[in-house]
Order: sequence, then structure tokens, then C-alpha cells
Amino acid sequence: MAKVVAVIASTHHPFYYRASTAVGEDRPPFADEWVAKIERFRETLTKARPDVLVMVGSDHFHQLWLDNMPQFLVGKAPVYDANWYNEEREFGLPRFRLEGHEELSSHILRGGLDSGFDLAFSNELRIDHSITCPIITLRPEADLPIVPIYTNIFAPPLPQPKRFVELGRTIRELVESWPSDQRVAVIGTGHLSLELGGPRQFGPHGPDPDFDRKAVEWIANGDLEGCLGEVTLDSLHLPGNATHGFMDFMLMMGVAGQGVRADHVDSLDLFHTMEAYFTWYPDGAPT
Amino acid sequence: MSKYLLNKFLYTVDRDPELVERYREDGEAFVAWWEETQANRILNVIDGEASTWLAFTGPERAALAAHDHVALFQLGAHPFLTLTLFIAMFERDHPEPLSYQKGYGEALAHLSLPYPDIAT
Repeated sequence: MAKVVAVIASTHHPFYYRASTAVGEDRPPFADEWVAKIERFRETLTKARPDVLVMVGSDHFHQLWLDNMPQFLVGKAPVYDANWYNEEREFGLPRFRLEGHEELSSHILRGGLDSGFDLAFSNELRIDHSITCPIITLRPEADLPIVPIYTNIFAPPLPQPKRFVELGRTIRELVESWPSDQRVAVIGTGHLSLELGGPRQFGPHGPDPDFDRKAVEWIANGDLEGCLGEVTLDSLHLPGNATHGFMDFMLMMGVAGQGVRADHVDSLDLFHTMEAYFTWYPDGAPT
Repeated sequence: MSKYLLNKFLYTVDRDPELVERYREDGEAFVAWWEETQANRILNVIDGEASTWLAFTGPERAALAAHDHVALFQLGAHPFLTLTLFIAMFERDHPEPLSYQKGYGEALAHLSLPYPDIAT
């Protein structure tokens, strides 16, 4: 059976690409520290020697729209083009062309449907920065096939937080029941406290540093019980109006497992939002 | 109340560089054109099979025509869509990095939780 060789959860900050490539006067003062943290984080994936990446993210009203909005969607295509005009415009993100892995997509779709998740699918999916940001940070060669999985953290009504956790557990089981000798990394990105388009946006820190501290603890310790005990669809409005993206972190805690401490934990307090990076090695840390 | 249509306007304009410029240049004329010719188009469906029922309310039309992001927030437009499109239109007029985004937030500072419901 296939092996989950790394479980990785991260924020996805669309400004990283521009900050890390800027030089001279354009280079922000925090860029060097940010790049150093990302390079250490990248090493945690490289060391796991993955063959294929299952990538959890969320479409930001690019291809998925309110006339036909899936809650959970799995890409099943041989190729995924990536990034959109408005992401090039606002963030300077480059375009990508990523290879798909249709066999693993099919396995996850079939198994998910049979496990109580009525997953939507897409045979032609242009993916966005929720998936390309971790390509840029973790695998800039963009040389591994991917299975993209989109969640709706954006357009209410949203699924409950516990469904994100359950989907994460299911993804873990499905990958581990895939009859293959491939080494799979599951990578998902979300947000800590975040405000977009509201009064608390673009402050000197994330909108709710207390929530961020607590969230990092939950994730680092795999404390799903504590997290599910406090986090509801209503409570996520309080730390910032885009904080429902935290549910993708909860999904990744479901992949990693209840009570499983992360092997790599790092964070960076930036303007606007806190960055956070986590890696678990289900089979023990690679040497 | 047609939050869905507000969002459809913001979404369809934001993804098209030509429409972004037209909206920036003349909000009132552009919103009138869009409501007349685009509001009822189902995306990905031929024109002969358009919808028949979508229209802005007066306050919605006025908020869009005036580029009034505060009013759009209060009307329950999706804040991500509004922010992204307004950055595309107006950040260029504020050369100091992030100054447009900060001013955008300050203009909303009088609003407190709970924010207007954005569910459609």
C-alpha cells in the first residue's frame, strides 16, 4: 500500500513570492527571515522524498462560483494549469502547469464516496494560489504530480468544522489503502486569524494574536479535542472575517491524527496575518 | 436584496482586465451597462438561455455606481471580492505600499461585530 511520508499544514501567503524575489529597495525588511524559515520548512518535505502530492486548498472564486458551488471537490485531470490574471495582477504570481495523478484522484473519489463524503469532481481545473503558494514554498521545482482537493471555506453555508476533520481522517485512510508503492505527502493550506475587506485588515499583526497563539498550540499538539471544543462556524467570525480558512488546518489535523505532535513547528508574525508551518512524519522522521 | 447579484458583478468584472478599467473610469455608466446586458447571463450558458429575474436594488446600484466599498460591505457583498477588485482599480493611485489597503480598512472602522451576513 501507499505510504503517507509527510503531512504538512501551512498558511498560504500570496505575498511570499514577491517578497522573496524582490531585491534592493523593493525587498521588505522581513524577507530574509521569512525566506530562511521557508527554506527550513521546504527541507521537511524534501527529506520525506515524496512521489506524489495530495494538496488541499480552497478556490478563491476563480473557477468555482455561486451558481454551482461544491463543498468538497477533488480534481481528476492529467494536467492542472494554475494561477489567474487577478493573482498575477495583485501578487505577481507566476503561472504553473502541474501534472495530475488520475489514478490516485480516482481512488480518493471512489473511496470518499463510499465513506460518506459526496465529493464533487472536476476534470478540468485551473488551480489558484491556495495550492500554488505551497508549491512555491515547498516544491518550487513543481515536478511532482498532484491531486488537488478544494474545500469551501469561503461561500456560506459552509460545512461544519468537524466535517473538515473527518474528511482529513478519510483522506489519510484512503491514501493508506491505495494499492501502490508510491510515497505520498499530504499538504494543506489555510489561515490563522485573517480579515479581508473589513476594518481589521492589514494591521501590524494578524487581527487576533490570541487566537493565533491558541491555534498554533492546537495544531502543534494535534489537539483536535480542544480545537473542536472551541471552534464553531459562528466563533470563527470573531478572530477575523476570513478566519474560516482555519478549517483547512483542522482538516490537516485530521490527516495527522488526534494527539499527534508535529515534528516541525514554526511561525512568523507578519503584518496582516501570522504565518505558521507544521510537518508531521507518520513513519518517524526521515534520516 | 440581491447579494448574489452584487457578488456576480464584482466577480465577473474582477476577472476581466478590460472591464476593470471601464468600471474604474465611469462607475455609473458601467453599472447601467452591466445590469442591462450582463446581470442575467448565466455563466457558461449561451445568451438565448439567460435568466429573466436578476436586478439590483436601488441602494445596491448606487453603491456600485459610486465605488462605495463601505456601502457594499454593509449590503453584505462578499468582502474578498470587493477588496480584490477595488485594489485593482485604486491601489495605483496610492503609491505608498499598502496605504490603499489600510485606508480601505480605516473607512470601515466604525463597523463592529457582527458584520453583515454575507450568505447568499
